[in-house]
Amino acid sequence: MLALEMFRSVSRTMAGKAIGGRMPGVLSGFAAPLRLVTIDEPRVERPGWARLRTRLSGICGSDLGALSGRTSLYFSAVVSLPFVPGHEVVAELLDDCEDLPAGTRVVVDPVLGCAARGVEPCEACAAGATNRCARITVGHLSPGLQTGFCHDTGGGWGQQLAAHRSQLHPVPEGFSDEQAILIEPVACAVHTALRAGVAAGDRVLVSGAGSVGLFATLALRELTEAGEIIVVAKHPHQRELARELGATEVVAPGEVLRRVRRSTGAFQLEPEFSTPYLLGGVDVAVDAVGSKQSLESALQATRAGGRVVLSGMPAAADLSAAWFRELEVVGTYASSRSDDAFGRATELVATDAVQQLAKSVASYPLHRWREALDHAHSAGRLGTVKVAFDPRSSH
Amino acid sequence: MSRPGFVLEVDDRTPPLVVHEGLGFRLESFPLGTRVVYPPESIPAVPDVEEAIREALLHPHDSEPLPALLRPGMRLTIAFDDLSLPLPTMRAPDIRGRIIEQVLTMAAEAGVDDVQLIAANALHRRMTAAELQHIVGERVFRSFYPQGQLYNFDAEDRDNLAHLGTTDKGEDVEISRRAAESDLLVYVNVNLVAMDGGHKSVGIGLASYRSLRHHHNAKTMVHSRSFMDHKHSAMHHSAWRMGRLIKEHVKVFQIETTLNNDVFPKPFDFLQKREWEWSVKDQATMLGVRRGLSVAPQRMRHKMFHDLRSVYGLTGVNAGEVEAVHERTLQKVHQQHLVEVQGQSDVLVMGVPYLGPYNVSSSMNPILATCMGLGYYFNSYRGQPVVRKGGAVILYHPLNEGFNQLHHPSYVDFYEEVLAESTDPAVVGEKYEQQFAQDPWFIHLYRTSHAYHGVHPFYMWYWAAHAMDHLDEVIWVGADRRVAARLGFRAASTLADALEMASGTVGTSPSITYLHNPPHLLADVR
Repeated sequence: MLALEMFRSVSRTMAGKAIGGRMPGVLSGFAAPLRLVTIDEPRVERPGWARLRTRLSGICGSDLGALSGRTSLYFSAVVSLPFVPGHEVVAELLDDCEDLPAGTRVVVDPVLGCAARGVEPCEACAAGATNRCARITVGHLSPGLQTGFCHDTGGGWGQQLAAHRSQLHPVPEGFSDEQAILIEPVACAVHTALRAGVAAGDRVLVSGAGSVGLFATLALRELTEAGEIIVVAKHPHQRELARELGATEVVAPGEVLRRVRRSTGAFQLEPEFSTPYLLGGVDVAVDAVGSKQSLESALQATRAGGRVVLSGMPAAADLSAAWFRELEVVGTYASSRSDDAFGRATELVATDAVQQLAKSVASYPLHRWREALDHAHSAGRLGTVKVAFDPRSSH
Repeated sequence: MSRPGFVLEVDDRTPPLVVHEGLGFRLESFPLGTRVVYPPESIPAVPDVEEAIREALLHPHDSEPLPALLRPGMRLTIAFDDLSLPLPTMRAPDIRGRIIEQVLTMAAEAGVDDVQLIAANALHRRMTAAELQHIVGERVFRSFYPQGQLYNFDAEDRDNLAHLGTTDKGEDVEISRRAAESDLLVYVNVNLVAMDGGHKSVGIGLASYRSLRHHHNAKTMVHSRSFMDHKHSAMHHSAWRMGRLIKEHVKVFQIETTLNNDVFPKPFDFLQKREWEWSVKDQATMLGVRRGLSVAPQRMRHKMFHDLRSVYGLTGVNAGEVEAVHERTLQKVHQQHLVEVQGQSDVLVMGVPYLGPYNVSSSMNPILATCMGLGYYFNSYRGQPVVRKGGAVILYHPLNEGFNQLHHPSYVDFYEEVLAESTDPAVVGEKYEQQFAQDPWFIHLYRTSHAYHGVHPFYMWYWAAHAMDHLDEVIWVGADRRVAARLGFRAASTLADALEMASGTVGTSPSITYLHNPPHLLADVR
């Protein structure tokens, strides 16, 4: 089968690390440790597993981070190279899978927890917090925190992959593939919103208006009693979408502190040779980008005792504010079964606003992967919320 | 004998005329038939300033002489106008300092020892020690400032404000507690233009936001026609009502001064002359200055202009009861500024210079430039506006000086957020004024730093409300287009382009009037 494979290449990873952040185009040129290959289909030998044929698979920020070498080496211990990326997947079952007959259209919860690995449930999995699984490197699978980072399962950027029943969620009738591809990222946003611990009337800052930020905004508005939600957006269409999805106010990156300061009546301090920060600010900030600047903005704009939620894969940042202002820094990774995140996400994806968003999903065949990555890197500027691969397509 | 102001009609012999534009000026050739309103030349100054002051204090209007009002054990407060007057700053010694010295001498002779001096800066920025010293003089500064008896008024110091009641229109009157509880409040003003002075001095200069909001709002400003004519200004009517209430609580001894039009010192004095009367030396100076300005970096041009100190002559000093004094003050102001203009025109042209009341030693940001052009200069009329209803105004200013973060922090928010949403003074006032006025950070900066109050940019915008209501078209020549658009206006590269742009409103052969200002003038439109 045809698949895109991420492989070990120190030189390409270094090149990506050096210039990938500033010149994303090099990733789709010579620097990405990615190749289009013909490989064997993933084999299914254990009960509860089935083969899937990919219909659409999204390109996520964490995929781009991995390809550009910007992802922390912390994660090198929980992936198994080479692997086929793609953890946002809409697919159809090629085999019967317990109660799901072959042909069923499903979306994949990519987390490879204890059930998928065939080991006794760890404490977290037993409690339903599968995203906190403590066994992601053991069992009958190679290490891999998720489908799309594990050598054995394949990923959505290939024509086929394998998944365990515990990962599968049938797509409701009437959903287009483009809608369905948004369920996994929205499920992550649901988890983010619930982890944010927003109290009634809280002021929330969402730093970033890519798909992570937009869906977090939607989930915060729909699932919490947040008061004002201020979203930081770079591009005009992102501003419109943020408003449609529930933002009270949308600001440009350079205006964040000033706007938060004024809306919260905070005081602003100007440290020497450093960026300003607030005494006071929002109750909860969600970093939906993961860049140093975005995370520091969130930290600097949150009131003492407030909460900063790391929704984007985080970069290194100055944590002085977290210490000095006694902030709660909360990680939010993937989604949790105990939240019924996929169930709630499916409901949110059915809303008119998300249905409209789904129409803008741009899909590419595998052999045009360079264009697809280029597009994904510039998605914000080009007005696209999600770029995806359609491995069935040949043009 | 100085010559009065007059209206020139541009013909083919008229040379290019000076038009001020921020930190510079240009020579503009106006279309034939353009009316150019020139201010009167400087009227004679009093021959002996010290004697004139003494005379005013000893022979006041509708009041006992100052010495008769002073007694041992009394509480005396002297308030004075802040650095927003005069413009440009007066070369030392400042007239206020000279008056204060004489008042203090008389107070000392009468055995008064409870004296405080308050700069009546209302919601303006706190002055620095050096700025205070410039106004009151070194001796007064040294005697009072270190003891904390010379200070800026703090309109947010709730403990030191006194609410005196409400007028018959329900307007709160809240002023400095020290001033309100004094046995005598002496107010020393500089009445640069007809808008200043009278009950505006204490009633506004020493008032809090709670009081000021009643007349500094879009509705009142639209009905002030004009600010330079207190009898037809809703803002002044409100201030007068408040002033009369203040009079019931505290004895005010008002001292008002008037200045002549000696605005530009050498070598810039050619800017005060009529262009066709420039000597060879004036022309050489003008060319040198223009060349220098064209190559100088902005910072140097800023310093060059803001370091100017004017050598005004004192044309009058009157003391006594507020309204009696102010009548005489206005006579002098009118003598210096009034120019008769026959009828309105379709287009009014004005050059906005580098300086207004709120950017002394600071930058003229786009909001202040708007206030200067559409607020002060547009309102420099008596009777009716120089431009007809539905006409066009063409202003000259680059709108590129940016914002001074020390002095104008709330202006940045106003420009970036409020004007992005609406430029209608009534709309922005309704939605945002309270928020800015009560913002704790802006209040903190106003009280402890040198920032204008959070609500100040709104007031600047309200100043322009009457003009915005009156005009169909506002075009800025030589302005940054993006900035002009944010303000809700348009920008043109040249006067010809601006007239072309305005032709949809005023036709292709409009009547044009150019106010040749500064020096200051007041168009008496018949």
